[in-house]
Amino acid sequence: MDTNILFIFILAVFVGFEVISKVPSMLHTPLMSGTNAIHGIILFGGILVLADADSVLTQVLGFVAVIFGSANVFGGFMVTDRMLQMFKKKK
Amino acid sequence: MSSQIVPLIIIGVSVLFILGIKFLSSPKTARTGNLVAAAGMFIALCALLKTDGSSVWSHGWTFNYTLIVIGTVIGLIIGAIGAYSVKMTSMPQMVALFNGLGGGAAALVASLEFLKDAHGAEPVTAFITVPMLFATLIGSLSFSGSIIAYLKLEGKFEKPHTFPGQNILNGLIWLVILGLGGWLTFNATGGNAVTAFIAMFALALFFGIAMVMPIGGADMPVVISLLNSFTGLAVAADGFAIHNNAMIVAGTLVGSSGTLLTLLMCKAMNRPVTNVLFGAFGSSGGATAAASGIAGTVKPIQADEVALLLAYAQRVVIVPGYGMAVAQAQHSVRELSDELGKRGVEVQFAIHPVAGRMPGHMNVLLAEANVPYDQLIEMEAINPSMDRVDVCLVIGANDVVNPAAREDKASPIYGMPIIEADRCKTVIVMKRSMAAGFAGIENHLFYKDNTRMLFGDAKASLNALVAAVKAS
Repeated sequence: MDTNILFIFILAVFVGFEVISKVPSMLHTPLMSGTNAIHGIILFGGILVLADADSVLTQVLGFVAVIFGSANVFGGFMVTDRMLQMFKKKK
Repeated sequence: MSSQIVPLIIIGVSVLFILGIKFLSSPKTARTGNLVAAAGMFIALCALLKTDGSSVWSHGWTFNYTLIVIGTVIGLIIGAIGAYSVKMTSMPQMVALFNGLGGGAAALVASLEFLKDAHGAEPVTAFITVPMLFATLIGSLSFSGSIIAYLKLEGKFEKPHTFPGQNILNGLIWLVILGLGGWLTFNATGGNAVTAFIAMFALALFFGIAMVMPIGGADMPVVISLLNSFTGLAVAADGFAIHNNAMIVAGTLVGSSGTLLTLLMCKAMNRPVTNVLFGAFGSSGGATAAASGIAGTVKPIQADEVALLLAYAQRVVIVPGYGMAVAQAQHSVRELSDELGKRGVEVQFAIHPVAGRMPGHMNVLLAEANVPYDQLIEMEAINPSMDRVDVCLVIGANDVVNPAAREDKASPIYGMPIIEADRCKTVIVMKRSMAAGFAGIENHLFYKDNTRMLFGDAKASLNALVAAVKAS
């Protein structure tokens, strides 16, 4: 077990808390949507397991995981962008 | 790509994710932030490594790679259609769906890894098994829970569903899940392990449903935010299991920031998170108890009278609620605000932290109607000056202006911070009928001496107001 991984994990926990502690509530919805897109990185997990799939069952499940992850990551970033492009200051 | 360069790239990607979330916390930089995070994602994809350290793209092309491309493109199409066709009022549902898909993917990835190891000959250490079990568990309950949250926001069984002993039953299911997980930690290989694993997966799916069903539709934003952070943690656990640092960093960032966001939302509603999850809000006698204590009568008013009040006011505050968005009245509101602005009336929008269906949702809806964001004032900032407001126009909002939160200790929303509309000189409440709000509670504001009710469809009423203000 590589303790460096745990090290990364602990630091990321605190960074996650720190970066959003000052978010105004007007941005909570885009923020939720934006972080939702970031966990779409699970697409990579799907790609890795599907690349190694060696039976029909694992291929099917891996394929579904890739579709789900891909919809999460692409849809997430696109919908967040669509929301944020509307935030404009007074003309 | 050399395996020495990749870790450096991943460090850079982590910085992009952190900066992305950081930029998302200011309206000026938010859009850039989202793009920065997306760029990080693309770079990480190019540098994707397999567990043995070789690039996933450097192997020979097999049928599996064709499947990867097809699956990604299908997901891209589903995501794009969802993202660009969803109405802004339905944004919380969309986030719930995307989150559920992410959770499902996390559970599937962990399951496949687990099953591969279970069929293998070598014993597996708990350091690998525990993250896999965790990701399966959390990912699958996030998947089923998000779908229930989606359905509730779509208006299917949005009332809390409760029965006696529900929390105990859920607790028991949870114990069984933990027991299975504990046993699997030490018996991760062989046929029994596969059976136990499938049982755990199924129970976790069921638990996600059982957890969200008792929670009322009004609390779904909190649930979605919590499930969002769950999915993040599941993804991080997957990262542990398959040695992918980018997944660990991204998943953990989402997990911890999502947890904080959930707590911030609960704080805005002045309720502990445990109360949201296990309280079955608004299901019991609280609503009837609150209704009995109301004195006074409801006083209706006509649109042309309201128009006169508005046109000769110095300062007008508009309190928009979800009802305004349902009536698609955002553009009419903006027109009214522009028209009053031309006459020298100072117009502001008072935004409650949970206005709309989730925090910040109202800002998105008004931004869509081109209301500049510096005209939107947060609740804490506007409350101290509410005494000096001539006319307060409450459009389709209900619970967030209910003075019962301040006055009636028996009310289920007692203690929730509200926009103190009742302190303005005149309050105009625009409402379709006298029905109770999303939380199912009577509103004391409607019966106050300085309150007038303008009944009717919000959009039609607003258009009448705009015409009358123009004419006066």
